Amino acid sequence: MQTGNTQITLTQDHFEPVKTNARDVEVLSGPPVGFWRDAWRRLKRNRIALVAGSIIFLVFLLAVVGPWLTPYTPFAQDLERQYREPSLSGFWFGTDEFGRSMFDRVWVGTRVSLYIAFLATALDIVIGMSYGAISAYYGGGVDNVMQRIIEVLVGIPNLVVIILMMLILEPGIIAITLALTITGWTSSARLIRGQVLRLKEQEFFLASRSLGAGTYRLIAKHLIPNVFYIVIITLMFTVPSAVFFEAFLSFIGLGIQPPNASLGALINDGADQMRFYPYLLIFPAIVLALITISFRLLGDGLRDALDPRMRK
Amino acid sequence: MASGAVNAEIVLRVSDLRISYSTYAGEVQAVRGTSFDLRQGETLAIVGESGSGKSVAARSIMRLNPESNTIVRGGEILFEGEDLLKLSERRMQAIRGPKIAMVFQDPMTSLDPTMRVGRQITESLKKHLGMTGNAAKRRAVELLKLVGIPNPGDRFRQYPHQFSGGMRQRVVIAIALACDPQVLIADEPTTALDVTIQAEILELMRDLQARLSMSIILITHDLGVVASSAHRIAVMYGGKIVETGTVREIFYNPQMPYTWGLLASIPLPTADRSQDLIPIPGTPPDAINLPKGCPFSARCPYTMKVCGDEMPEVTRFSKDHWTTCWLHHPMAPKVDPPARVGGRH
Amino acid sequence: MFSYTLKRLVNAFVILVVIATATWFLMQLLPGSPFNDQKLTPEARAQIEAEYGLDDPLLVQYARYMVNLAQGDLGNSYQYSGKPVMEIILERLPVSAFLGTQAMVLGVIGGLLLGVIGAVRHNSLADSGAAFLAVLGVSIPDFVLAPLAQYWLAFQLGLFPPAFFESWWHSVLPSIVLSIEIAAVVATFTRTEMLEVLSQDYVTLARAKGLSKVAVVARHVLRNSMIPLITIIVPLAAALLTGTLIVETVFAIPGIGEQFVRSIQVNDYSMIVGTTMLFSVFFVASYLIQDILYGIVDPRIRVAGHRE
Repeated sequence: MQTGNTQITLTQDHFEPVKTNARDVEVLSGPPVGFWRDAWRRLKRNRIALVAGSIIFLVFLLAVVGPWLTPYTPFAQDLERQYREPSLSGFWFGTDEFGRSMFDRVWVGTRVSLYIAFLATALDIVIGMSYGAISAYYGGGVDNVMQRIIEVLVGIPNLVVIILMMLILEPGIIAITLALTITGWTSSARLIRGQVLRLKEQEFFLASRSLGAGTYRLIAKHLIPNVFYIVIITLMFTVPSAVFFEAFLSFIGLGIQPPNASLGALINDGADQMRFYPYLLIFPAIVLALITISFRLLGDGLRDALDPRMRK
Repeated sequence: MASGAVNAEIVLRVSDLRISYSTYAGEVQAVRGTSFDLRQGETLAIVGESGSGKSVAARSIMRLNPESNTIVRGGEILFEGEDLLKLSERRMQAIRGPKIAMVFQDPMTSLDPTMRVGRQITESLKKHLGMTGNAAKRRAVELLKLVGIPNPGDRFRQYPHQFSGGMRQRVVIAIALACDPQVLIADEPTTALDVTIQAEILELMRDLQARLSMSIILITHDLGVVASSAHRIAVMYGGKIVETGTVREIFYNPQMPYTWGLLASIPLPTADRSQDLIPIPGTPPDAINLPKGCPFSARCPYTMKVCGDEMPEVTRFSKDHWTTCWLHHPMAPKVDPPARVGGRH
Repeated sequence: MFSYTLKRLVNAFVILVVIATATWFLMQLLPGSPFNDQKLTPEARAQIEAEYGLDDPLLVQYARYMVNLAQGDLGNSYQYSGKPVMEIILERLPVSAFLGTQAMVLGVIGGLLLGVIGAVRHNSLADSGAAFLAVLGVSIPDFVLAPLAQYWLAFQLGLFPPAFFESWWHSVLPSIVLSIEIAAVVATFTRTEMLEVLSQDYVTLARAKGLSKVAVVARHVLRNSMIPLITIIVPLAAALLTGTLIVETVFAIPGIGEQFVRSIQVNDYSMIVGTTMLFSVFFVASYLIQDILYGIVDPRIRVAGHRE
């Protein structure tokens, strides 16, 4: 007894068997995508991250070519034109108490700040990763000792170390970079160590080894993608933190000294004179805020996009 | 096989239920027109692979699907004269616990790790039965004893991490039973447990059902579980029920290729080891791009042209046994189920 | 639980000793001695050095330093003509403590509220708004926010006094500025944690018991979300510290932060180093508090006596 409401009239033809190939069935209904393409697709959908990325790109661009866009230079002083308000026809960001073009100074300062941040982060990652990889690879007693050292180092507050270091070293780019590196490498070390340990435990590691596969090939195929992910994400979050620290140090007088410019130094000067010349503070502040926010948002977006667990 | 009256009155009736949820890739149709009844005192097993929609359907009965992305596209769930899909959240809260209760799959994550076990039981008692302090505690200890936990008095004060997996599941059952519900929905209650513990939990549930005359909806992908504990079975695939009947009817006289596939893939303890296990080839359907016709058509070894284009009509074999499959149309070729299926114990 | 606490205490003590030693060591590297005044003749300088024991062997100096430290003697300040560093610190500490506490309370409460709202009303306008505010709060540094706030709210709009600490009202604007970063960190974290918890099985089970949404959140969600919150105690302490330095400088509040910045500018080494030691104690204490709180809140530690 049949019930139902089929719309079409059925003919014998409809009941011809159709050969299903088991293999056809395994093909998923959409085209398969590689890891990178999938990640890129996911990233593209995150509009906020894209905007953040564009802002970063813009800032970088201006940091490099900014000073060339104007006929002025960052260091030339001319007391005749001090404290000019920002205007589109004259000085785009105004001038400071020495008559220097703020536009030029801001972008030169950005250069310095970004340079320090990236250098410190790069050193951070290199040192941290090497330490962590060695520690995990050799395991056992070596690992234990190395981890104890890290534990003690981590217990020492970053701020304290940075301040003390800045006191004995001559304030400047090298000093700040050094101070930031010394305090920052521990997190990369831990992350990499975790990855390598996990890799060691996986069965195919043992299997490959017993087949005589070189350790290098193993490392290349399995470690690198994971490491890449970690490196990118760490970068995205360490850079704004480094920029912040540098700015902070300059603000309390331990960072970049005048007449050199960095975002922090500029903000420090600007804060002092804010009562009457707010534009001296606002422009470097906006650039700093844009950098920090954009890196964070892009970092969040990248983390979501590249996370291997979130693949559909 | 479970015993009990199969002709009893209907306690819960699900009609043409349609539930979807929205994801960043599109709308996923999880349940597409499902209907089934639950009768007093029986255990109805809903069987299917992961992704068949069985969990979503079950949770819809209690309206426990995540609110932010669940869309009810149609259907009704009748319980005690009301459509559960239309009730306010407040009314649902009065039903969850005292009338309909649920047991979840993974006992390791079902219990709040920061709250003592006893309190997780008395919470329910205090809210729904208005019990206080000592009375609630006594009842909770009774419940722990009922589900077979030794030293219930001491265990009352302990935290979940101090219990083993099987014991935790018993606690979850105790919580579900606290207010004497009429209906118990068990969503894969034994999947996360060891085989020996599985048997214990199933036996506990059968025991409790007899004692408390509860009606149980048992969701599982394991036909072995079904054989020992259920009265009737509903087989789900791709968001629809493709065959339903009593346990005898399904095991001895299955009428749909997917059911044959399920039965054929159960390893028999007595079987000849040289025989291969026959898995069903292919993978579950992509829930966003579903075929217009029978959801199983892409994987079915007996597919005909009409199968992919049109939904099959319902064919009834007895009061409880029906299926949706084009093979039963008079114009379809005669097909026998594979040798391993049918007439087995 | 007790052995756990003891272990953490010992650990904290060891770290403080390490820091003190490192600090002393770095002090030896500082350019110039504290009495590098041009006006002193070589004989006078030699005499002073002998008096202050600066010509004793290093180990003896180290021992003396550590003993002094244990007794709370941090040396004398240069800019205040020999006034003991410890005295100056104790004078200014109450001001900073008051400001900091007020900011902490404001920030934590505000942050929790924002985070909870964001999580409970996930994906709504309120959520996006709250998340956006949080990102802003974390990204805009205090040394930008403080001068801006001072400019607009104090100078332009005249709502608050722009500087100094003559009354409680003077502390309000600085506290608010200080609390913003704290609130932002707390909000982001709370929201993430709550969302994570809300998707857990035991929350669904709680709902399946027929509990009201409020009861589910209050009894199950909050407690499980709060535990990870303890992780941010230390970063919050750090934010509080750097924030205090800046806010006190900008608003001319006579606290430890303002003193510290000034000491850097005039090279008062004993003051700088002494204050740094104070900061270290503050940090290590916050680590300790964090560890102990873990012990109290997580029943797995409380019952078993160790962290899994």
